[in-house]
Amino acid sequence: MVEVATRTLPLSGVHGGSSKVRLEPAAPAARINLRVRAEDVAALSAALGVDLPVRPKTSASANGRTALWIGPDEWLVIAEGNTDIGSMLVAAAAKSGALHSATDVSHRNTAILVSGAGAAAAINTGCPQDLSLQAFPVGACSRTIFGKVEIVLLRTAEDAFRVEVWRSFSDYAFGMLAEGARDAAL
Amino acid sequence: MLLIHCPYCEEERSELEFRWAGEAHIARPENIAAISDEEFAEYFFLRNNEKGVTYERWRHIHGCGRFFNAARDTVSDKFLMTYKAGLPKQPIPAATKAEAIAEEKTVETWEQTEGDAR
Amino acid sequence: MSASSNSGAFRIKGAGRLTPARTARFTFDGKTYTALEGDTVASALLAHGVHLLGRSFKYHRPRGILSAGPEEPNALLDVSRDASRRQPNVRATVQEVFDGAKIASQNRWPSLKHDIGAFNDLLSPFFAAGFYYKTFMWPKEAWHKLYEPIIRRAAGLGEAPKEGDTDHYASRYEHCDVLIAGAGVAGLTAALSAAATGAKVILVDEQPEVGGALHFDSSTEIDGKNGFDWAQGVAAKLKAMPNVTVLNRTTVFGYYNHGFLGLAERVTDHLALPSKELPRERLWQVRAKKVILATGSIERHMVFANNDRPGIMLASAARTFLNHHGVAVGRAVAVYTAHDSAYEAAFDLKRAGIDVVAIIDNRQVSGEAVLAEARSLGIEVLLSHSVLDTAGRHRVSSITVARNGEKNSRKLKVDALLVSAGWTPSVHLFSQSRGKLRFDAESDRFLPDIYAQDCISVGACNGTDDLSTLIGEALSAGAEMAGHKGAASIDAIAFAGSNLYEWTGGMIGAAEGAGPDTAVKAFVDFQHDVTAKDIRLAVREGMHSIEHIKRFTTNGMASDQGKLSNMHGLAIASEMLGRPIPQVGLTTFRAPYTPVTYGTLVAHSRGELFDPARKTPMHHLEAAEGAEFEDVGNWKRAWYFPKRGEDMHAAVNRECKTVRDVGGVFDASTLGKIEVVGPDAAQFLNLLYTNAWDTLKPGKSRYGIMTREDGFIYDDGVVGRLAEDRFHVTTTTGGAPRVLQHMEDYLQTEFPDLKVWLTSTTEQWAVIAVQGPKARDIIAPFVEGLDISNEAFAHMSVAECTVMGVAARLFRVSFTGEVGFEVNVPADFGPAVWSAIWERAQSLGACLYGTETMHVLRAEKGYLIVGQDTDGTVTPDDAGYGWAVSKKKTDFVGIRGLKRPDLVRTGRKQLVGLLTKDPNEVLEEGGQIVADPNQPKPMTMLGHVTSSYWSENLGRSIAIALVAGGRDKMGQRLYVPMKDKVIEVEVTDVVFVDKEGGRING
Repeated sequence: MVEVATRTLPLSGVHGGSSKVRLEPAAPAARINLRVRAEDVAALSAALGVDLPVRPKTSASANGRTALWIGPDEWLVIAEGNTDIGSMLVAAAAKSGALHSATDVSHRNTAILVSGAGAAAAINTGCPQDLSLQAFPVGACSRTIFGKVEIVLLRTAEDAFRVEVWRSFSDYAFGMLAEGARDAAL
Repeated sequence: MLLIHCPYCEEERSELEFRWAGEAHIARPENIAAISDEEFAEYFFLRNNEKGVTYERWRHIHGCGRFFNAARDTVSDKFLMTYKAGLPKQPIPAATKAEAIAEEKTVETWEQTEGDAR
Repeated sequence: MSASSNSGAFRIKGAGRLTPARTARFTFDGKTYTALEGDTVASALLAHGVHLLGRSFKYHRPRGILSAGPEEPNALLDVSRDASRRQPNVRATVQEVFDGAKIASQNRWPSLKHDIGAFNDLLSPFFAAGFYYKTFMWPKEAWHKLYEPIIRRAAGLGEAPKEGDTDHYASRYEHCDVLIAGAGVAGLTAALSAAATGAKVILVDEQPEVGGALHFDSSTEIDGKNGFDWAQGVAAKLKAMPNVTVLNRTTVFGYYNHGFLGLAERVTDHLALPSKELPRERLWQVRAKKVILATGSIERHMVFANNDRPGIMLASAARTFLNHHGVAVGRAVAVYTAHDSAYEAAFDLKRAGIDVVAIIDNRQVSGEAVLAEARSLGIEVLLSHSVLDTAGRHRVSSITVARNGEKNSRKLKVDALLVSAGWTPSVHLFSQSRGKLRFDAESDRFLPDIYAQDCISVGACNGTDDLSTLIGEALSAGAEMAGHKGAASIDAIAFAGSNLYEWTGGMIGAAEGAGPDTAVKAFVDFQHDVTAKDIRLAVREGMHSIEHIKRFTTNGMASDQGKLSNMHGLAIASEMLGRPIPQVGLTTFRAPYTPVTYGTLVAHSRGELFDPARKTPMHHLEAAEGAEFEDVGNWKRAWYFPKRGEDMHAAVNRECKTVRDVGGVFDASTLGKIEVVGPDAAQFLNLLYTNAWDTLKPGKSRYGIMTREDGFIYDDGVVGRLAEDRFHVTTTTGGAPRVLQHMEDYLQTEFPDLKVWLTSTTEQWAVIAVQGPKARDIIAPFVEGLDISNEAFAHMSVAECTVMGVAARLFRVSFTGEVGFEVNVPADFGPAVWSAIWERAQSLGACLYGTETMHVLRAEKGYLIVGQDTDGTVTPDDAGYGWAVSKKKTDFVGIRGLKRPDLVRTGRKQLVGLLTKDPNEVLEEGGQIVADPNQPKPMTMLGHVTSSYWSENLGRSIAIALVAGGRDKMGQRLYVPMKDKVIEVEVTDVVFVDKEGGRING
């Protein structure tokens, strides 16, 4: 029988960070890009076990799943702790019976966890958004720009962020964050 | 760098997240296969490129991804309003327009700086 | 040469704020000097009596130090730590001395004191304004051979470093409620009242310490304290507040749209041994809700004959050097002014024990208070007098003084002359914000009038000179900008302040003895050597707009941007034109306020962070196999895989042959992929592609062409239908982002009712293409749950299956003309699957191949590459893909464009094959094609070569070309004229290999 393929993660072997900012690649996660019309949000929320947030720049978490508002009919749903359940999220969405599009993007994105007192400053090295707690409170999320690449930013705690980025841009994003982390500690 | 109000994200974001997408309110003809060469040229090739208040499309490409419409004064670069795609051309409130015209006066233009030297 | 152990003979004991015990040593033109910590290069050199610092730009005249701040036009030096950390054109008045600094003068040869270029000064009649425009016009040939090289050598101050910059730079986006530019009395006061409201405040100041004019202004008292001490106390208080950021050594260099400001923070330029962690400079990009401009004012010089000698400097500069640095700028000093505030320089110097020769005041009347003080200090005041000329080779040694309107003059011996024509409000940032200025005729100055942004000007930059008024103005501005109208919050922090003398007044334009009837060199713009005479000449030559006068004379166009010269230039032009100043106009102030280094603007975007280098999941495995990579957009793609001793041609030839004979493995992961999902997916694709998609059965794929509305090919790719409502669309590597944007545009704005959604999945999948006769054999052992026999899984099939235990999508597809599969597995599994497939492929005799071989193989089959064989003016029919345009559909993007008269006419350029008469001749891509190589030039060109390769499989060269009426020219001979020869070619079909197409179905 043929051997089973093993997984090679992006960002393997990267290191960076400073006394004020911790940078680490996030554990593999399952992700779907979910597209739903307003009238079907409730059905998909029920099927996925997490209430899809309908206010811009907000996220919601339940049952190990986090749903990030990306656009008025678009969510990024992330399930942590399992490496290969992107298809399960697609299947779960399908059970709603409601009109939607769920596409597995588990391997398209990777994530960098940025934490520490200088986390926001490190991200502001390349991100033009106001990351003060008033403008970007815990739970806030947004697709935005980071230097020359696009990211999805989620604030997980007052001093912690999750930076979702397409895998081929992750070296660049990590490199910029490392620069930002160094500067944020000065 | 401009600050643009996205009608879907309901807040102002940096221009870096957006992409300009041409003049607004130019609908693709429903019977496009049947229109004349002149009508096609009018639809696809010709633009007014007006100086002053123009209606144009933007896309919040590195944000919510939505196309939307904006009324912008091309002289002062001031956004008079933005509104969702699909809405008809929105009238600009008189007060906003008056403010915009006043602001145009602060802009250095060729007419003001070199026009008299012709 | 031995170093001086003291900090300079002109250091005045007890004067200044520097600590004598803290010293730093530096060299200037090779000689070592000792400075005090806190000295600028200017103050340190003046302390040693060094006034000659450089040579002027055009005439190479000796120049010294004019100012004590960023407006300095003369004292530009080369400052370095080592070869790679060297910067030319550094203002000596801004650069702080650090231990070990190596400083050199510029624009002189062989030495500062003996400069050959000074010959230009004698030839100055030939170098008048507009000289370049008039002289270097013809003959045309001379421009390249003579003028340009000479001008290049002569032009430009300083010498750019050749070594790479070893420093690093940082950048930061920041937001605040109120940004305050300038931390003089006005800025500090506004910051106090804004910060008291709890608003987030950023206070920015370009100097090492806050205080602005309080650095020199010794007579100001605020809140019962000495002004400078008060300022430091306020700064400490502000820095302790959590809602306030104070940035020192930071310049607001640009005020852009919508409250966006650019700040350059100089972090290490003043440090002797900066930590490697520190960036040299930091770029702040701040979005401020409100801005308070407290940028102060800049003292103007007097315009009179030979006003540029070293030792002649602004009165306020001399006060800064004395009161802050403890340095006397001379031993016998005169003051030439049109204004009260310069008297204070005389008072300060006199009190410090310096001989003040005289105060020459060109006004008939001066302030009574200053006169009284001068009298009590025993200083001679010459009212209604002017300085008509100066003497002294490397430093002013005497001045010629006369009563206004009288011929009799007398010479006064001096070693320094302090000048002041009054104060020019610093409205640069206000003007950059697009605010409109008005000319205040009473005070001869431009002041902020109409605001274009949410900002307010306070203090001297707003024309507010009285200190008490200024404090009130700043207090209310701070509170108002922070959103608190009314006085309640202000009263709690209000304080009093007073200044002794009047600051308003002065003169603009040429002073006595430099009028239109004279030929003297009275400098208006020191850095560009523009004199009053030059400006008058410009007017006489017909320049009537200040914009033209500026360009003709280059007045205000040097790196100091006319901070000192603009008003004088304007006044002289106004006088010549006989029009009031507002009618002559004012040139626009543009960013940056002062020069900004490239390093700061670039910040992190250098080296590996210059641009993202996108790598496929298998990149490291390909590198390990020796792949050479090529850039395709941001992607790094494996180009070819040379074996030991192979060059590119040998490797590509081997790869091409091996793929057709056995098989090859290729990384196709960069292909753009878009998942199109929803019940209306087929209908949507029908509208976006020329092909019909509703007829495509699930499990099948089809090559699709996308046109724009104008009918020209925009992109192409294979589209697989996975289910009724799910398509896997592929795009070209470079086209992925724009194709998605194009699709989203139509979906969101033209067909919003369609129930379909788009998701980019380019990076979700690693794509391993296996091509060649043994392709099936290679992948067969890894595929589960799918019969991949030719019968069950024919060419253009697609299926979801399992590959090495992983959910995969398998395409039967070929870009080589051989049997081909594309194995799509989730990206993280790519390396494992690739390794297993490659191991087996290798054992069967197959090879790895890169993009170059891919290009050759597809060309052998005549397959199109959008963007190489097409250029945005090629229709599907031109490309020979007319079959891909559905005749049945009633609508698709491009349907109308394709019917335009020019697109359906005969004789359009069409893609055809070309075979050279000499099979070894490989055409150059881009080569033009003609019917008759002997026709006169310009020849009628029929088209051009789009693709051209050596085909190892055919043992000859092949090419693809766009040729007018090409398909009607089959078999005809055409010519490709090259520089050294004419190449004969024959027009052929584009398919060179396996014309019947049997191999693909094997």
